[in-house]
Parts: sequence; C-alpha cells; structure tokens
Amino acid sequence: MKNATTVTTEITWYKAGTIKDVPENGGACAMIQGNQIAIFNFTRSNEWFATDNMCPHKKQMILSKGMIGDISGEPKVACPFHKKSFSLKDGNCLSGDDYSIKTYPIKVEDNLIYIGIKE
Amino acid sequence: MKNETQILVIGNGMVGYKFCEKLKKKDPSGRFKITVLGEEPRPAYDRVHLSEYFATRSADHLTMAPLEWYAENNINLVLGNPVVLIDREKKSVTTFSGDVYAYDKLILATGSAAFVPPIKGVEKDGIYVYRTIEDLEMMINQAQKSKVGAVIGGGLLGLEAAKALLDLGLKPHVIEFASRLMPRQLDEAGSKILQEKLESLGLSIHLNKSTSYFDGEESVTAMQFADDTRLDLDMVVVSAGIKPRDEVAKKAGLTVGPRGGIEVNDTLQTSDPNIFAIGECALHWGMIYGLVAPGYEMAEVVAENLINEHSKEFRSFDMSTKLKLIGVDVASFGDAFGAEEGSVAITYENKDKGIYKRLNLSADKKRVIGGILVGDAESYNMLLQMVNNKMSLPPDPEDLILGSRGEGKSEGGNAGVMSLPDEALICSCEGITKGAICSAVIDQNISDLASMKKCTKAGTGCGGCVPMVNDLISETLKSQGKVVKKVLCEHFDYSRQELLDLIKINAYKNYDLVLTELGKGHGCETCKPAVASILASVWNEVILKQATIQDSNDRFLANLQKGGTYSVVPRVAGGEITADKLIVLGEVAKKYDLYCKITGGQRIDLFGAPVHLLPDIWEELIHAGFESGHAYGKSLRTVKSCVGSTWCRFGIQDAVSYAIRIEDRYKGIRSPHKVKMAVSGCVRECAEAQSKDFGIIATEKGWNLYVCGNGGAKPQHALLFATDLDDETCIQYIDRIMIFYIRTAEPLMRTATWINKLEGGIDYLREVIINDSLGMCSQFENELQLLVDTYHCEWKEVVENPELRKRFSTFINSDETDETMAFSEMRTQKKPANWNA
Ligand code: SRM
Ligand SMILES: Cc1cc2nc3c(=O)[nH]c(=O)nc-3n(C[C@H](O)[C@H](O)[C@H](O)COP(=O)(O)OP(=O)(O)OC[C@H]3O[C@@H](n4cnc5c(N)ncnc54)[C@H](O)[C@@H]3O)c2cc1C
Ligand code: SF4
Ligand code: FES
Repeated sequence: MKNATTVTTEITWYKAGTIKDVPENGGACAMIQGNQIAIFNFTRSNEWFATDNMCPHKKQMILSKGMIGDISGEPKVACPFHKKSFSLKDGNCLSGDDYSIKTYPIKVEDNLIYIGIKE
Repeated sequence: MKNETQILVIGNGMVGYKFCEKLKKKDPSGRFKITVLGEEPRPAYDRVHLSEYFATRSADHLTMAPLEWYAENNINLVLGNPVVLIDREKKSVTTFSGDVYAYDKLILATGSAAFVPPIKGVEKDGIYVYRTIEDLEMMINQAQKSKVGAVIGGGLLGLEAAKALLDLGLKPHVIEFASRLMPRQLDEAGSKILQEKLESLGLSIHLNKSTSYFDGEESVTAMQFADDTRLDLDMVVVSAGIKPRDEVAKKAGLTVGPRGGIEVNDTLQTSDPNIFAIGECALHWGMIYGLVAPGYEMAEVVAENLINEHSKEFRSFDMSTKLKLIGVDVASFGDAFGAEEGSVAITYENKDKGIYKRLNLSADKKRVIGGILVGDAESYNMLLQMVNNKMSLPPDPEDLILGSRGEGKSEGGNAGVMSLPDEALICSCEGITKGAICSAVIDQNISDLASMKKCTKAGTGCGGCVPMVNDLISETLKSQGKVVKKVLCEHFDYSRQELLDLIKINAYKNYDLVLTELGKGHGCETCKPAVASILASVWNEVILKQATIQDSNDRFLANLQKGGTYSVVPRVAGGEITADKLIVLGEVAKKYDLYCKITGGQRIDLFGAPVHLLPDIWEELIHAGFESGHAYGKSLRTVKSCVGSTWCRFGIQDAVSYAIRIEDRYKGIRSPHKVKMAVSGCVRECAEAQSKDFGIIATEKGWNLYVCGNGGAKPQHALLFATDLDDETCIQYIDRIMIFYIRTAEPLMRTATWINKLEGGIDYLREVIINDSLGMCSQFENELQLLVDTYHCEWKEVVENPELRKRFSTFINSDETDETMAFSEMRTQKKPANWNA
C-alpha cells in the first residue's frame, strides 16, 4: 500500500497533497488508490470537503473544477457541465435529481491533506 | 411473510413508470412487491420529448429513471420481454421467452401503437411510424439517403414528425385527409394561420388528400392519390392516429371497446377486478386519452386505491394542449370550438405576424369556456385556469387576448395568478395545485424554482407550467412582505447594477472582499461569475488572479467539452488570416492531435485538448503571433466581416479593415453576456450584421449602425440606430453603448433582451447616446478607453507565469493524465467517445 500513513480501525488515511495545491475557496483533484477524489477548500470558514470527482448526471470526471458555495448555509459544489449542485456534507443532489455523490472524510495536519478511505 | 402483495405491471412506458414511482412513494414499508415486464429494450423514457432525440441522439437524456432507481426501490424490472399471455384463472402471465410470473394485482400499461391505415403498399421499405427510439433511429438512417419525405396526417404528431424531417434536411410534405390541419384542436381560421406559417418555413401542405397506394419496388418511391395526383419521394412517416395496445387483454377475454381500448370503470378496473388498465391503452367512458397528464392521473388513482381502497376515482380529464410546432406556439383549451349552446366568440387575427386568438364566452358572457391560440400562446396558462376554475371575466374580456397591444410590454401581469382559487391545478402532470405551491413557499420557506421542483415535483413533467409556478413563488413571497427585488442570489441583496456602483465607489477589487462587505455566506455559482464579470468590466485586471470565481470556461480560459477536454480558439480579427498563420494552426493541431473546425464566427476552433496541455499549445500559438480569442468569456467574440470594397465588385467601403479595427478595439472587454459584431461592405449584407449586438453596414457616405440583434434560440433583428456615420462617430457611439450596457444590464442578459427591457427602448437609447440626455457620455467614453488601454492577452499572462501554469494540472498529487478520457474516430479526425457511455 503506497502512501498509507495512519491506520485506524476502519479508515485508512491517504496523503493527497499540501494545502497550497488547492486554490482558496476552490477545488482540485487528487488520485487516491486509483480513484479520482475532488477536494474542496472553504478558506473563509477553514473547512475542507472531499467527494467523488465524477458527476453522476453525465458521468463526467469534473466536479473538482466546479464552483463551490452554499445554499442556505449548506456547503455545495455546482457541476460545470449543467450546473447540477451537490451538498458537500452528505453528497445529495440539491437540484431535484435522484442521484448523489460519495463523500469522504478529510483532515489537514501540518499543511498536509489526508483523505480517509473505508477499507 | 405472505403479507406481501405481488403487483405485476405490463409495459414500462411513461405511465407504467409513473405508477411505480407513485406506489413506491405511498408504500415506504414495501408491502407491495413490484415486477415490471417491458417490451422495449430500455427503461421507460420521455416519449413526449421524443423529438429531442434527433438533436441529442442520446436515449439517456430521455430516460425517466436510470436502472439503478429500479434496483434501489426493489422493483424487479424485466426488459425486452413482452407478455404474450395472461392466465386469469391462475393469476399469472407468460412472456415471449416463456417465463411465467404470478400476480395478485395486474396493471396493464401497454400504451398504444401508431395506427397504420391499410393502404396498398404500406409494407414497403422506407415507410415508418413515429413512436419509439428505434423508429427514430430507422428514420435517421433512411433520411441520410433521402431528399423528399411525406408525413401522412396533419395532426399534432404528424406536424411534429414533419418538423423532424425538416431538421433531418428533407423537404417535407404533409398529407392530410381532412380540410384543415389539426382538425381536432383548431378551427378553420386558426388552421389557416398555422398553415401559412408552416408553409413559409418550407413545409408543403396538401389538404383533402386521400392516398390510393404507395408505389415502388422494395422501397417506396411515390405516393398515388385518389385525385390522380402523385408525389415522388424517398420516405414516408405515417402518423394517422393511435391504436391502443389491447391485444393481450383481448386474448385473455377482458372487455375491449369496438374500436379498441381496454374498458375500465372509474377506479380503472377492467372487467376482471384484479386487473387494471392505465394510460393510453385504457378506454374510460368511450374515451382514449392520448396525452400524458391523464395517464399520470390514472396511475395516481390506481396507486392510491391499492393503499386505501375506493378512496379515489378517475374523472374525465381536460384535453387542453399547448405545444410549439417548428417555432409556432399552438394551444387549444376547454371548449375550443364554442360548442356550448349560445356561446359567443371573440377573435383576433393578425395575418402579418401570423397570430390568431379565439376566446369563447359562455352565453351569459360571464365566463371563458375555451379557446384557441396560434402564433402567440403566452396567455394560455392563465386562460386555462380561468376556464377550469370558472373565474369571472374582466370588464373588457378582449383584454385577455389583446393584452400586449402596441409596443408596451405587459409587465406586472403575474399578479393575476393570485386570484386563482387554491384548488386550481397548476401542474397537471404531477397534479399539484396552487394551494400546494403557495404553502410550500409559506410553510417550507421555498423561494426558488429548483427547490420547488424538489419539494413538490411541480414543473418536472412537460414543463408547461413553469412560468406560472415562478409567478406564484414570487407573488406569494411578495404577499408575505418579503421583498422580491431582482437580487443576484441569496448571498447578495443587491441587483447587478447596484453592485456595480458599490464596487466602483468603494474600489473593491476582489470577490472575497465584496462578499464580506456586501454579502453573506460562501457565495455560489450565480453570484461568483456575475461579480467576476463586474470586476473585470470595472477594473480589467487579470481574471485568473481570482480563478475560482470564474465560470468553468473562464477558469481555464477555454471552453469545456463533452468528456472533459477543452477547445482552443485564437483570435482571427475580422476573419482575415495569412497563409503562414493557417499553417501554424495546422501544425499545432497536428502535433497535439486536435479536432479542427471552421466556426460560425469566421475563425478556427481546435477541439479536444486535455487541460494540462493548454499552456503548451498556447505557448506555441502566442509565439507565432496569435492571441486569445476569448471564445470562453462573456466578452467580445468575433467581428465578422465580408470581403468588402478591396475585392468585391459591389463593395462600397473597406469592411475588412474596419472590422479588424473594431475587433482590436473591443477585444477582451468583459460584459454582462457575450457581444458579437459584424461589418458588411454594402447592403447585400454578407456579414449578417443585422443579427449581431452591433452591426455595421456600409453606405455611400459611411456606415449605418444597427444595435441589439441576436441569433441564438430567440433570434431578433438588430435595430437601426444611426445612419451614414463616419468611422470615428460610429466607434464613439459603440463605446458609449457598450458602457451603458455593461452598467445597466442584468447578469447573462444579451443586448437584445436588454433593449427589450429598457424603458423607452431604442428611442431612449438614442437620447442617452446621441443627445447625451444623462450627461454621462464623456464618462462612458473615458471608462471604455480605460478598458482599451488595459487590454492584455490572458493566455500570454498564463504562458509567461509559472504559478498560473501550475493550475492547469489534472491531479495535485500525480502527473498522470485523466485516463477516463476516451476518443473515437470520425471522418478521419478524433471525437469524444460516447457522452455518458
Ligand atoms: C464553435 C461555435 C460553433 C461552430 O462550430 O461554429 C459555437 C460554439 C458554442 N456556442 Fe455558440 N458557437 C459559435 C457561434 C455562434 C453563433 C454564430 C455567430 O456568432 O455568428 C451564434 C448565434 C449568434 C448570437 O450569439 O447571437 C451562437 C449562439 C450561441 C448561444 C445563444 C446565445 C443567445 O443569445 O441566445 C449560446 C448559449 C449561451 O451563450 O448562453 C452559445 C454557446 C456556445 C458554446 C460556448 C456552449 C458552451 O458553453 O460550451 C459552444 C462551445 C463549443 C465548444 O465546446 O467550444 N452559442 N454561437 C461558434 C464559435 C464562433 C467563434 O468563432 O467564436
Ligand atoms: C412523438 C410523440 C409526441 C408526443 N407529444 C405529447 C405531448 O406533447 N403531450 C402529451 O401529453 N402527450 C404527448 N404524446 C403522447 C404520450 O407520449 C403518451 O400519452 C404516453 O407516452 C402514454 O404513456 P403509456 O405509458 O400509456 O404508453 P407508452 O409510453 O406507449 O408505454 C407503453 C409501453 O408498454 C409496452 N408494451 C406494450 N405491450 C406490451 C406487452 N404485451 N408486454 C410488455 N410491454 C408491452 C410498450 O412497448 C411501451 O414501452 C406524444 C407521443 C409521441 C409518440
Ligand atoms: S455549438 Fe452552439 S448550436 Fe451547436 S450544439 Fe453547441 S451550443 Fe448548440
Ligand atoms: S454532467 Fe454534471 S451536471 Fe451534467
């Protein structure tokens, strides 16, 4: 297992990069264990989120390039293709469609970003 | 656990699907086990919007719910396996492949098939019906080798099929047996107007025609008519009505009507109490409902009765329709022909504009009972509500159809929706009333359409009610004392114009500061690009300094495409390009394996670049003297030119030189929406300037300036603003209008919509720009000059700046490229592999 650092009972944390790699109030994509994971940085509130990079609408690998923001306080990302929005808390689609995206645990230690994957 | 009831649904069409959705919703505990047996190879799709398949060629786009939905809801969906036999004794069915399924309750949702009249030769190749995706695929294939096509049937579906043939590049003929088009929905006068309109669009319409036989060997080559005339053609679409799919029901001994259809009572039970029929296969009091809304209501009734026995009945259903035929609105509602005793009709006809409206009043002239609208159906929703809710008439009923007389725009007309009773059905597809919509606003704090759709499903069907839902939301908010001013979004309580002023006065230069000082929350995809555009219009700084507030195209200075690649469009001012530069474009395209196309804007687009190669590609282009074409920006796109007096024997001014001058002046300027211009060298207008935001046409003495034209989905000719201008004055006027537009338009508003909403219209614009009625002209000019002076090529900045270049990587923790990107070949160039494959 490359990159694996800390192992807890169920989650393995993988290093995804440094905080400088992700633009302020924006997103970037990391490749973790062969999966594209979108990472979002809410600089204003110092919050981080991680989700699948794939938008379920047309199955496009794109969400990390989407614009982030909030709807009534709920943090979200809007897909650049057709502007479907997804909650970054639970991955539910906020534009009235039935699909959702997967979210991942994320933590920042010493300016390094870690993504948690359930084994 | 034999508390479960086995529900078997035959047919996975629109109504069969809706039934599953409704029953699942009403039965969260899963008491009912659902199995669906469908004949078609794919899950239910939106047949109402079938014609969109010609444009998208994507079945997924039409799918009602993906396969996963059935799995998640525990529905056993079996496709491509029609039921051939029902054994009512054993309560089981047998499919084509011989599988047997048992049921407690059986739901027939088999829909209908196209009715094909028994005309001699109808079995020949090249003759199609218009009902399934497979039918459309066959038509697309045949159309490629065809020139002339005919549609049999001038009804609703026939005209839609004719439009499809037109879009496929054929010359369509419509053959109608009756003496007018859409005989079931329109009266003589309405049909006539529609016919003229359709003929002007290239359809040939033949009325009172009956077909004797189809001629040809294996494939059809001609139609022979009873009046001894003949039409040579390559393909035919039959659209002469529908025939309910009652064959399996009939074989099982269920009662069917004399002209087809499975007979049902008010709870949609067939002659066997354990079997129900819904949708287009059901015959209710002698009536087959060929529309989706009544089908959905039937699904609702059966689902509800399964949960609470005898709680709901199906009542005869309103057959009002509104549709857009080849860009012509047609609607017919209520008692369209005024059949009610003593009714009086008010009609309005405008042959020039192709508009016909008819309103039928009750004998006591107190109510509207129905009507017809052709050419302009904006008032349809409101009129339908007046009919259905028996609302009383205004003092001058003609206002209802003459509402927007003259030039005045009918603003504020949405208050009318509040006078509807609470029971008024607004979304008939989903059965949502006005009361439900208003209470969602009041009790659940819904304040926009997207959340309303999610909360109530209103507007998710055919979409026809969306304008009314919007009006109800904003009027309810207003009535609650919530101000509905045109604010940007939930993060800013300002309109775009107010924000622009505030940003300028306070000299705010970045989004974060604007949000902290003037807004709240984290922002969103509406306010970020809008503020980005304002900042760029006011300060013209490098937009990538604030990359994450730029719309996706702006963020990577390239247009995002299917599959996630980007396009490269260098500026080719005025469309003039040297042989050397053409060679460079070719070489770069070859080196990076890019698809090449000449655009509609007189330049060359190179498609299919992965994000990490963009800086390398641009580096080479910039080295060869190219600069960004801003194809990604809400800013000046192209200034098209015609060859003008340098080469053309008719040319009276040098259009190319002037176009290049104009393009170089306005390039890179950010505006509320994109801006396009064109310069033509004489009145023949080969540059199509009158469809542009700014169009310039040469005269003997100088230039005529046209403004606020638009192509796109709602084309609008540009308006003549001033005549015989010299080079300098023309530019001066454009300078002033540009800034006036940038300052006052709403986000994503093209100049055409802007002038339509500008009080006083073009006359007022002339006052401000030519007569300087606001005293702002010199300020406008200075502001524009600042933007010209601060021009920079955005790509040059990136290429020369390693920090910015780094942003164009695919992954932050690896140099891999995105392996999910896939391409295939087409006409020897590359193309993205299937969208959503
Ligand atoms: C490449 C091109 C089609 C072509 O192959 O010829 C094109 C491609 C796109 N057009 Fe266009 N338009 C192109 C000429 C036009 C024209 C013709 C013209 O400019 O003479 C029009 C009608 C004229 C007009 O705008 O008034 C046109 C009206 C639109 C519209 C509708 C605008 C409207 O006001 O209704 C959109 C949608 C929008 O902007 O919201 C659009 C949007 C788009 C987008 C940007 C969609 C998008 O957001 O990705 C397409 C980008 C494709 C891509 O992946 O790169 N495109 N588009 C043309 C590029 C011209 C250029 O050199 O820059
Ligand atoms: C081009 C077009 C445009 C239209 N436009 C409009 C419009 O603008 N507005 C409107 O309200 N309506 C419109 N309609 C009509 C609308 O599509 C129908 O009313 C609606 O689809 C009916 O739904 P349904 O489920 O009853 O039938 P269908 O959608 O036809 O579904 C029936 C399904 O049952 C299957 N089936 C049949 N027999 C069997 C069997 N023995 N075993 C298994 N499966 C079987 C069929 O293959 C089919 O998939 C349009 C229709 C067409 C074709
Ligand atoms: S290029 Fe323009 S017209 Fe063509 S598909 Fe794209 S947006 Fe539509
Ligand atoms: S692909 Fe994401 S919204 Fe369409």
